[in-house]
Amino acid sequence: MLLRHTPTGLSERKALTINPAKTCQPIGAMYAALGLRNCMPHSHGSQGCCAYHRSSLTRHYNDPIMSTTSSFSEGSSVFGGQANILESFTNIFSLYNPDIIAVNTTCLSEVIGDDLVQIIKKAAEDKKIPEGKTVIHANTPSFKGSHVTGYANMAAAMVKYFAKNTGKCNGKITLIPSFIEPSDMSEMKHIASEMGIKYIMYPDTSGVVNGPMDGHFRMYPKGGCPKESVVASGDSKAAIAIGRFGAMSATRLLDTQCKVPVHAVDLPIGITATDIFVDMLRKIAGVSVPESIRLERGQLVDVLCDMCQYTYGKKVSLLGDPDILLPMVQFCKDAGMEVLHVLTGTPPGKVKLEERIRELYGDKVIVKAGLLCDMFMFQQLVQENKPDLIMGNTYCKYMCRDLDIPLLRIGFPIYDRIGQSYVPMVGYRGGMHLLLKILNIFMDRQDRDAEEENVELIM
Amino acid sequence: MSENTQTTATPQKYELPISGEQFRDETAAAYSPKLGKKRKRQIIVNKVDDGDTVPEILANTRTAPGILTMRGCAYAGCKGVVLGPTRDILQITHGPIGCGFYSWLTRRNKTRPKTLDDPNYMTYAMSTDLQEDEVVFGGEKKLMAAIDEAVALFHPKAIGIFATCPVGLIGDDVHAVARAAEEKYPGINIFGFSCEGYKGVSQSAGHHIANNKVFTDVVGQLDAVKEGKYRLNMLGEYNIGGDAFELERIAEACGLTLHSTFSGNSVYDEFASAHTADLNVVMCHRSINYLAEMMEAKYGIPWFKVNLVGADATAKSFRKMAAFFGDSELIERTEAVIEAEMVEVEKVRSEIRPRCEGKTAMIFVGGSRAHHYQDLLREIGVITISAGYEFAHRDDYEGRKVLPTITVDADSRNIEELKVTADETRYHPRITAEDKAKREAGGFTFSDYRGMMPEMPAGTLVIDDANHFEIEKLIEYYHPDLICAGIKEKYVVQKQGIPMKQLHSYDYMGPFAGFKGAVNFYREIDRLLNCNVFKFAKAPWDESPELTATYNN
Repeated sequence: MLLRHTPTGLSERKALTINPAKTCQPIGAMYAALGLRNCMPHSHGSQGCCAYHRSSLTRHYNDPIMSTTSSFSEGSSVFGGQANILESFTNIFSLYNPDIIAVNTTCLSEVIGDDLVQIIKKAAEDKKIPEGKTVIHANTPSFKGSHVTGYANMAAAMVKYFAKNTGKCNGKITLIPSFIEPSDMSEMKHIASEMGIKYIMYPDTSGVVNGPMDGHFRMYPKGGCPKESVVASGDSKAAIAIGRFGAMSATRLLDTQCKVPVHAVDLPIGITATDIFVDMLRKIAGVSVPESIRLERGQLVDVLCDMCQYTYGKKVSLLGDPDILLPMVQFCKDAGMEVLHVLTGTPPGKVKLEERIRELYGDKVIVKAGLLCDMFMFQQLVQENKPDLIMGNTYCKYMCRDLDIPLLRIGFPIYDRIGQSYVPMVGYRGGMHLLLKILNIFMDRQDRDAEEENVELIM
Repeated sequence: MSENTQTTATPQKYELPISGEQFRDETAAAYSPKLGKKRKRQIIVNKVDDGDTVPEILANTRTAPGILTMRGCAYAGCKGVVLGPTRDILQITHGPIGCGFYSWLTRRNKTRPKTLDDPNYMTYAMSTDLQEDEVVFGGEKKLMAAIDEAVALFHPKAIGIFATCPVGLIGDDVHAVARAAEEKYPGINIFGFSCEGYKGVSQSAGHHIANNKVFTDVVGQLDAVKEGKYRLNMLGEYNIGGDAFELERIAEACGLTLHSTFSGNSVYDEFASAHTADLNVVMCHRSINYLAEMMEAKYGIPWFKVNLVGADATAKSFRKMAAFFGDSELIERTEAVIEAEMVEVEKVRSEIRPRCEGKTAMIFVGGSRAHHYQDLLREIGVITISAGYEFAHRDDYEGRKVLPTITVDADSRNIEELKVTADETRYHPRITAEDKAKREAGGFTFSDYRGMMPEMPAGTLVIDDANHFEIEKLIEYYHPDLICAGIKEKYVVQKQGIPMKQLHSYDYMGPFAGFKGAVNFYREIDRLLNCNVFKFAKAPWDESPELTATYNN
C-alpha cells in the first residue's frame, strides 16, 4: 500500500496539511506570464522557488519553461532585494532580450516588504529598462490563496500595466481564461473564430508551452498574446472572465480601469457550460451560432445519448481547482453520474462553490474547499464511500492504486501522462474528448471485471 | 578480468574544434564586464599536470541575479536531497504550501518497506501551510499543533522539521519547537533544520545543514550492531531509479553487510546506529563528505570515495572495499561476483559500443554525477568534451588537496562548521594509524577525492554553474551528440534536435548504478544516440524550400 497510513473517516486537524490539493501563488503567476508574447517571467525571491516552478511546469508540459530569478542570498533577505532585481533587469534585457519582464513576488520578498512599484519606477528612472520594453509585476505571496490566485493576480497585472481606454471601442471581445491548458485556450479561440467574433485573449499560453519540435529552440515561442492586444483590450466592446476564480480579478480591473462591460462564465467544460459560453458570446457579439459549432455540439450530444448507459448512475469523486470543478460537476450531472465528493485546496473566497454544487446534487454531495482540505482528507472520504471514478491530478494515482479506482487525470499537475496540452477538454470538441475518456475508462473496467460469460463483443 | 574490459582509461588530451579559450572569451564578452570577468574564472580549459595539478576554478559562488540558472535552494538540498529518501522519519515542511508540494515524490527516491506494517511516510507531503496571519504573528504555535497531529495520526519514531524562507525571517525557531515537542513526546526524536532557501548559494548549503543535524541528533542514538563480518555505510547514494537496490544486491553477493545507506532506501534505526559500522564509503562527495569526516573524528570510522556508476568503476570500488577489510575469502568472492556480472556487461557493451564510439557528450549536473557519468559514457566510447557541476565546490573539481586553500566567503560562512571531537566511550579507530600509513604508502587512499578535473582530458571545458546562455553557446560551437543535465534543460536541448538525458531523475528509468545499471545505461544511450526520431524535425519540404514548377505547353 502506497498510502498505508491514511485512516478511513475524517481525522480532525487544525494545523497539519497532508498531501496538498493546491500549491503556491507564484507558479500560477509564472504560467500566466508565459501567456504574453516575448515575455520573460521573473521570480523575485530565492533561486529555489524559480527552480521548483520551472521544474513543475516542465514536467507537466514537456516543453521548455523559461523564467529568471532574483537569486536572493542571505544578505538580500536581510537588506532587501532591490539590488538583486535591478541587476536582474540588466542581465535579462542584455542576454535574453524580452519585450516584457513579468515579475512575481514570493513569500520571501513579500515578508521583506520589497516595494515592486517603487523598484520598477526606479529602474525606469535609472534607465535599466530599455526603450520600448516593459516590466510588470504581480504580488503573489505564497501564504495566501493558491496557484489559482497567483494566476489571477498576474492576469490582473497585465490589465493594470497595459490596458488603455482611448475612448474608441474596437468592437472586440476580450476573453480572459482561468488557469487552464493551452489546448483549451486554443479551443475557446476556435469557437470565437467560428462565430466570426473578433477577440483578444490573454493569458494565452497556446503555442508557448505546447510548441512544435522543428529543430529550433525559441526563448519566446510564437504563441502568447502580444502586448498591443492587451493594451487594446481596454477599448474592447466587452470582456468575459472564463472561470471566475482565475479570471475575475482581471475583468474587474478592466471594468474599473477602462470601463469595459464585463461578464463571467464558468469554463466551458461539458455541454451545459459550453452552451452558456456560446450563448453569451452570441448575445454580446450579436452573431448567430454557425453550422460548424452546431455540428460539434450535435456530435457530442449524439455520443452522450448513445452511450449514457455506461455513465448513468456511476459515482465520481473530484479533486482540483474550483474553475475546473464547477463545470466538471455540471458535466457529471449532464451525463447522469452521481458526484460523491468535491475537494479543492483553493480557498473559495466569495465564489459560491459549495452552494452551486448543492444546487445540482443537494445535500448528498460532500464539498470541501480551502485550508486543510487536502488529498489526505479526500482519501479519507473516498475510503468511506468508494466512487467508481476519481478525477484529479497525478498525485491521485497513489490512492487510486491502493483502492483500485480508475483515475481520469484533469487539472494540474499531470506529470505522468501526455496530451492535456494538445487535446482540449473545453468546448464541444473538448467535451467529446472528455466523454470518450470517461466512457473508455468505464468500458475497460467492465471488460476487465465481467464474468467470462458476460464479456460483450458489442458495447 | 581480461585486458579488454579496461575501456575507461582517460585520453590525455582532447582537441576541441574551436579552442576552449576562444569559447570562454567570446561567451564572457556577452556579459557585463564584471560578470564576464567572474565567469571567466568559472569557465576553465582543463589541463592536468604531474601530481594531478589542475587549473583553479571558481565554484560555490553566487549565481548572478537574472541569469537562467539550473540551481535550486538550501531547502531543496536539505529536505529534497539528503533527508527526503528516508521513509520513516516523518518530515514536516514549516512554511507556505509550495516548498512541501514541489518536494513531494519528485526526486524519484525509491524505497522498499520490508512488510506492509512498516512505516513509509515518503508518499505523504506534510506542511504547516502558513497563512498570512501566522506570518505576521508567528507560526510556532501552528508548528507545534502540526507535530501533535502528526504524532496522533502516524506515531513516528522520528520527526524532521524543515524551515522555509519566511520562517527564518519571521523568527520562528524550529529548534526550540523541536525541543519542546521532544519533551512532550519523550519516545520520539524530533529535530529541526534551518534550511531556509536563501541560505548559501545553491542546494549545497542545504546538504551541509542536513549533514550537521543528522550527525548531532540522529547518528549515535542507537548502539545496535547489525550482524555481519564486513559492515559498512554507503554515504551519498539516494536510490534514484533504484540505484541503491542494485548496490545492495551487489554488496550482499560479495558478502558485505550494508549497515545503512544515507539515504536511499533507508530507515531511522540504520542512521541512528550507523556509528557501529566499520567503514564509510562515499558516493556523492559534495552532498555528504561532511558526515564522513565527522563520523571519522567522533567514532574512528575511516572513509574513502567510491564510484559505483559505470561497470568498471563499480568493480574497482567493490575491490577497494574488499581490500579494506583484507579478508581473502571476501576478496575472492568479490572477484567472483565481478567476473560473473561482467559477462552480461561486456556482451551489451561490445554490441553497443560500435554504434556510440566517438560521439561527444556534455554533462552539467549535480555535485558528483558530472564526474561519475563520464566513466559510464566512456565505457561505450562516448567522450565528454565539457562538464561542470551545478552546486559543487572547488574540491569536487580539483580534489580534496585544495581544501586548505579554499577561501570561505560570506555566503558559506553562515553555514555552521561543527567542531567534532572523539566520543569518550565510543571512539575506536577501525584501523591503527600505522596500518593506515602502511596502506597509504601502498597506494590505498583514505579520506580523499581526486576530483573531476584530473580525470578529464586536457583541452576539454570545465564549466561551473553553467547557465542557459552558455549551454546555447556550447551547442552552437561544438554540436555535441548528447547533453546530460536536468528537467529544466531537457526540452531546451531536445527542441534543437539533440538528445538530452536527465541525470537527476534519469528520465524515469534506472537503475544506472552498479552492473545492471551500467547495462541499462548503455542501452539508454544507444537509444538516445541511434533511435533517429530527431530526424523528423525537418519536414521533406524544408530541404528544398524553393518552389519549382514546369509548364506543359
